[in-house]
Amino acid sequence: MTPTDETRGATAPAPAVRARGVGKTFAATGGEVLALTGVDLEVAAGEFVSLIGPSGCGKSTLLRLVADLDQASAGELEVFGKTPQKARVDQDYGIAFQQAGLLPWRTVAGNISLPLELHRMGRAERDERVAQLAGLVGLSEFVDRYPDQLSGGMQQRVAIARALAENPRLLLMDEPFGALDEMTREYLQSELARIASETGAAVVFVTHSIPEAVYLSDRVVVMSPRPGRITDVIETGFGEERPEGLRESEAYFAKVTAVREALHGSPVERANER
Amino acid sequence: MSAPSLPALPDVSLRTSRAARGLPSWLRFVAPVVVGAVIVLAWILVVDVLKIAPRMLPSPIAIGAELVLRAGIIWDDTVITATNSLVGLLAGTIVAIVLAGLAAAWRPVDGMLAPLVAAIAVVPIVALTPILNTMFGASSQFGRQAVAAIAAFIPVFLNVLRGLRQTRPVHRDLLRASGATGFQTFRVLTLPSALPYLLTGLRIASSLAVISALVAEYFGGPSDGIGTAIATYAKSGRAALAWAYVAGGIAIGLVFFLVTSLLERLATRRTPV
Repeated sequence: MTPTDETRGATAPAPAVRARGVGKTFAATGGEVLALTGVDLEVAAGEFVSLIGPSGCGKSTLLRLVADLDQASAGELEVFGKTPQKARVDQDYGIAFQQAGLLPWRTVAGNISLPLELHRMGRAERDERVAQLAGLVGLSEFVDRYPDQLSGGMQQRVAIARALAENPRLLLMDEPFGALDEMTREYLQSELARIASETGAAVVFVTHSIPEAVYLSDRVVVMSPRPGRITDVIETGFGEERPEGLRESEAYFAKVTAVREALHGSPVERANER
Repeated sequence: MSAPSLPALPDVSLRTSRAARGLPSWLRFVAPVVVGAVIVLAWILVVDVLKIAPRMLPSPIAIGAELVLRAGIIWDDTVITATNSLVGLLAGTIVAIVLAGLAAAWRPVDGMLAPLVAAIAVVPIVALTPILNTMFGASSQFGRQAVAAIAAFIPVFLNVLRGLRQTRPVHRDLLRASGATGFQTFRVLTLPSALPYLLTGLRIASSLAVISALVAEYFGGPSDGIGTAIATYAKSGRAALAWAYVAGGIAIGLVFFLVTSLLERLATRRTPV
């Protein structure tokens, strides 16, 4: 921890996310609820990491802590070597939620440019950047439409473009494809894999879906509830490319099985669950 | 690229469903005109042909004649009442927006204002007019404008206060994640979310302001305005002229309602997602 943030950034880049012993308790009626406990996790720059687990395992909570939308109650959390709050103010990350969360009174272009407007980017530069982002998510022809004129998948693509607006080194995604049909979902997964490798951004991706986590990730972090914690981390080892054939390959199925077993625990435990 | 095709625009699907129900669009305009014509004809039948109407119900033809003959003075009084309504509406709206903003920002202010607003909402505002007229003098329009302002205040205040609380959690998270300042959040999220509510409040308030300004004229004050004229000519038996003034009052109410409805429609065009 001796070098300053600036000098260290040049030589050995700080990991996108570093969590040590992170915990979170929420105040609730009748005491406190332990949402997350003892989370140790490091996400390297440019790495794609999925958080998977059943409802209530704290995966969304962990993402919100990284995004500084909530504050950790225990442990240390760093984003590019800074506090989450500093990283948020510096706009080191972009974020997308399960709901696209577009402002209905703004056009597609207006929604994509929202973060740029907030940070006072000049008009000409902003228009150029919006056009570029709309192209990246394949919506160049729809920039003048309003959100209610778009399908769910298209709205989500706008949200992704908006998250990428500031060219963040980290992308935080909370079940962004959770409400979409399977076809649209697979299509957007391929698009996201391409965008992530083109921009070189690290991604922390929360999902319920085992195939989605395996297809997209370099590492799949398996979590379990009561209290929310990390129980397993599975490397996929697919490398940079995500060809369509991957979804039907032996290696892919093997990893899907590995993640499923990690999620459900051993067969003995499964029998006990009833 | 398997980009999903664009869904049909909402207005297109609406049009097809209306056509499917077999109601041609011209019917929407012709139907009310037919109803109006039937009423006028029945009115003429009762008053002019059968001559069974009470003395204070003149024929629509007589009312029309007075309307044309006295257009000048009717217009002058209409302007007076319309101005009072407009001043009251604007003043009430501005005060309501400011107070609703404060109440939305600080809970204690909300708690302090709630009983006051409830009290104003239940008091028949027009009943205060004699007091206000005495307070501000019989030659001042202020009493009438104040009554219209108080009447307009309530719906605008309640709607704006509700509107300022309509931001969705996902939007608040998004702006926080984007590092937006409090003022930026207010400008790009809170204000646009509240705008449709403000305009709904304004539409309701516009009718109330006109009614209050007009009725306030029955309780003294300067000897001009639509309400004063209706009262005067009704008492002196000039029924047709009194009714012609009623037409002027209807015109004011209609203009206020149409303008505010149009504003509301423009603002709510993009609200649901």
